Amino acid sequence: MQTHPCRLLVILAEAALESRLVEDALRLGAHGYTIVDARGGGSSGAREALWDADRCIRMEVLCDAHTCEVLGEHLQQSYFAHYSICLYVCEVGVLRPEKYRA
Amino acid sequence: MDAAVMFFIVGAVARLMRSDLRIPAPLYEALSIYLLLAIGLKGGAELAKQDPLAILPKALAVVALGALIPLLAYPVLRAIGRFSRSDAGAIAGHYGSVSVVTYAVGVNFLVQQAMPHESYMPLLLVLLEVPGIVVGVLLARSGGSVAWSKLLHEVLLGKSVVLLVGGLLVGWAAGPKGIEPLTPFFFQLFKGVLCLFLLEMGLVAASHFGDLRKTGFFLIGFGVGMPLVAAGLGILLGTVIGLSPGGTVLLATLAGSASYIAAPAAMRIAVPEANPAISITAALAITFPFNIVVGIPLYFQLTQLLRS
Repeated sequence: MQTHPCRLLVILAEAALESRLVEDALRLGAHGYTIVDARGGGSSGAREALWDADRCIRMEVLCDAHTCEVLGEHLQQSYFAHYSICLYVCEVGVLRPEKYRA
Repeated sequence: MDAAVMFFIVGAVARLMRSDLRIPAPLYEALSIYLLLAIGLKGGAELAKQDPLAILPKALAVVALGALIPLLAYPVLRAIGRFSRSDAGAIAGHYGSVSVVTYAVGVNFLVQQAMPHESYMPLLLVLLEVPGIVVGVLLARSGGSVAWSKLLHEVLLGKSVVLLVGGLLVGWAAGPKGIEPLTPFFFQLFKGVLCLFLLEMGLVAASHFGDLRKTGFFLIGFGVGMPLVAAGLGILLGTVIGLSPGGTVLLATLAGSASYIAAPAAMRIAVPEANPAISITAALAITFPFNIVVGIPLYFQLTQLLRS
C-alpha cells in the first residue's frame, strides 16, 4: 500500500466554538473535517457533556503542511486566550493526497 | 414537597455520592426539546383566544423588567463582588434572562395549589429570554465593539427561542381544538418528563457545587439575594399591571430565575473573556436550586400576603 505524507490537525474545544472552527477551517484552505462529541478534563476543569454548556468536540482536519500552519496560527491567535481549546498535529500517511492539498 | 423537586434532590445527592448515574446527552436534548415545545404549544393555543392588543402593554412592561434586572445586578457585582466588567456584565445578563425549567416548576407548583394563571405567560417567557442578555452584553462591553449579527443569531435562533416561538406559533395557528390530539403526548406526559429532566438538572447542578469553593461567599449571597430582589420586582409589576395571583407568582418566578441555556451560549460568543464558570455556577448551582426548593413557594406566599 502506497501512502503519502499529510498533516492531521486535531482540535479539542468547547462545543460553543464548533460553527466558527468549521468556518475558519474551510476559509483557510481545508477541504474537509470530521467532528465527534467528546468528554474530558484539563486546566479549565472537566467537561462531562452533561448539558449544553458542558459539551466539547474533537475536530480533525487532514490537510497539507501550509494549510496546517496557517490554520493552527489563526486558531492560536483567535481562541487560545479566552476559550477551552487545545491543538496538536500529527504526521500521517494518506492514500489519496490530492483530496487534502490546498 | 412536590415529586418533581424531589427528583432534583435525588439527582443532586446521587452526584454528590459519586454515583455512576448519567442521563445520556441525546436524552437530555430530547427532554429539553419536549419541554420547550410543550410550553410553547400550550401558550400558543390559549393565545388564540386572546386579543393581542390587550396583552401588548403588559408585554412591554415585562420586557422593561427584563432589561432592568441586569442594570440592578451589575453595580452590585462590580462594587461588592469586585468582578471585572466582563464577568459582572455576563453574570448580570444571565440573571436578566430566564430559566424555562424554573418556569415549568412554577407552573407545576400552581397546578398543585389549584391556582389559575394567565394563559399567555409562555409569551412573556419568550419575551424575557432576550433583553437581559442584550443589556448584559452592553454592560460587559460598555463602549467596545460587539459582533451583533453573530450574537443576535445565537440568541434569536438558539434552540430555546426557536422551540418556544415555534410551539407558540403552531399552538396559535392550530388553536385549542387543533392541538387536542396532541394532549396525551405533550400535556399528560409533561409532569413525568419534567421529573426526568429535574433528575438530570440535579446531576448537573451538583457537578458545579465544588466550584462554589473557588467562587467564594459573595456569589452564594448574590445567587440567593438577586432572585429575591428580582422576584420582589416581579410581584410588584404583576400587581401593577393587573395579573392574577397565579400570573404574578409566575412573573416573580421568571424575574427571579437565571438563564443557563441561552445566556451561557450567547456570552461565550459576545463576551469570551468572561469566565463562564462563575456565571454558570451562580445560575445553576445556587439560584436554580434556591428557586425550585425555596423561592417559588416563597413568591407564592408573598403574593398571597400582598393580595390579602
